[in-house]
Amino acid sequence: MIRFNNVSKSYGDVQAVSDISFEVKEHELFGLIGPDGAGKTTLLRMLVSLLLPDFGSISLAGCNVVGNYRKVRSLVGYMPGRFSLYQDLSVEENLSFFASVFGSSIAENYHLIEPIYKQIEPFRKRRAGKLSGGMKQKLALSCALIHKPVVLVLDEPTTGVDAVSRHEFWDMLDNLKKAGITIIVSTPYMDEASRCDRVALIQQGCILSIDTPGSIVQTHGKQHWNIKARERYKLITDLEAWEQTASVYPFGQYLHLKLKSGGAGRNEIIAYLKRNNHEQIEACEGTPGIEDVFIDLMTENDKKQIEA
Amino acid sequence: MMGNGKVIEVKNLVKKFGNFVANDHLTFDVHRGEIFGFLGANGAGKTTAMRILCGLSKPTSGEITVNGFDVYRQSEAIKRTIGYMSQKFSLYEDMTVAENMRFYAGIYKLPRSKRLKKEAELRDKLHMPEIMNKLVGSLPLGWKQKLAFSIALIHDPGIVFLDEPTGGVDPITRRQFWKLIYEASANGITVFVTTHYMDEAEYCDRVTIMVDGRIEALDTPAQLMQTYGASSMNDVFLTLARKAKKAVG
Repeated sequence: MIRFNNVSKSYGDVQAVSDISFEVKEHELFGLIGPDGAGKTTLLRMLVSLLLPDFGSISLAGCNVVGNYRKVRSLVGYMPGRFSLYQDLSVEENLSFFASVFGSSIAENYHLIEPIYKQIEPFRKRRAGKLSGGMKQKLALSCALIHKPVVLVLDEPTTGVDAVSRHEFWDMLDNLKKAGITIIVSTPYMDEASRCDRVALIQQGCILSIDTPGSIVQTHGKQHWNIKARERYKLITDLEAWEQTASVYPFGQYLHLKLKSGGAGRNEIIAYLKRNNHEQIEACEGTPGIEDVFIDLMTENDKKQIEA
Repeated sequence: MMGNGKVIEVKNLVKKFGNFVANDHLTFDVHRGEIFGFLGANGAGKTTAMRILCGLSKPTSGEITVNGFDVYRQSEAIKRTIGYMSQKFSLYEDMTVAENMRFYAGIYKLPRSKRLKKEAELRDKLHMPEIMNKLVGSLPLGWKQKLAFSIALIHDPGIVFLDEPTGGVDPITRRQFWKLIYEASANGITVFVTTHYMDEAEYCDRVTIMVDGRIEALDTPAQLMQTYGASSMNDVFLTLARKAKKAVG
């Protein structure tokens, strides 16, 4: 459905996207996962024909995006990262404006937005600028859908939104996927990877890995130890100083400790920590998650760039 | 964590805006050196409570002290003894790092000798002497966050308030930031974090969850997960916050 072929884009000296190729299949919920500055927005803006790639090509539903931008724009629904509806138009006015721009009407595709829109319909006379964050997000999604797009493009829809609204939002995307819409969505939140069929982990304009979230973890996940002790800061600095340590990072309540291969086991970890006067020591084997993998791939990628 | 002194004491904090009760009888204490997470959905009343604790707004009723100062009568003393950092605003983007430091040192009336000492400390800590003359706006987000945190501590406050501090950065930079927070906490600085990102909550010593202006839960993340039979703080939060969401619409 979507295909990026060797796409690059730079802004002056800044290489935002370097030689990226990937595909999104029909009816897929595809995630672009990476921090600010990874190139997510640039990729999506090129996809919806708002930016031109410097090199490479992008196709959507068989059309070259650059040559057929008018057609492409009617095929995609785009929800940009910043709230970009008309703040001084009402909820209803925004929706009918977006419908009319595409030569459609609210009535024509109401069924598609109904589950989302009916939650904000009681506030349809309210100005968009006066809505809460969660409601703005629902309105923006309704506006992106009202012309019945084939592909839905969402740029960080859950940034700045609370946990409950985030959860509901991903449920809505699941339903839209079931309705046959292909979705490409970007997010800086690693935990949202699990809600996607496939994800691309991106960093500094490059794809680190692309696969189903499960396979990414299976392929790249490395064993680590979950470590806890009373003095958390001392625990980090002591473990950083240990010759057996490959890496150590805080992950919520625990530190994730990776040891150099062929090195120490649990007894040696505990002995080392006891020697350094730690109390209430916990050490158990941990299961890697997508964020562990992201960190490993980032580190490898940095090394490669330094060598190259 | 060191000592067991209470640096924030809140008893029956109520804040009303007209008929709307933004904070409904909040009661909690925060201990010296603790990393205290203050969570809630949008509109749950976090910002209102934090503004009161920072001396920026007066409560309707309740007994509240911060660093031993009373929020009704001693808000200026509170402002001088706390630090504040927010994701949205902390530093001036069109001033250099050194200018921002000098500006904040001036705001807190640091003597010249102390300011120079702080500048040197910060240069060492950030391992990047050359950034001192760079515009803050030109730095990567991760640097800005670390810098903003360091500057929030320039006047050696007893408490630092962090308002959604770590959004958007890569996972390594984010962990470097938490390491700075742990270091501050190990040095006896109390860290008060408001966030609606539940993974940030799991880094805290104790966490409160606000729903509709009230504190619904207050405990260590591990204990909360156990109490609610949840595998993550996100699940704990969803369980608690869902009840309220219906009422708000």
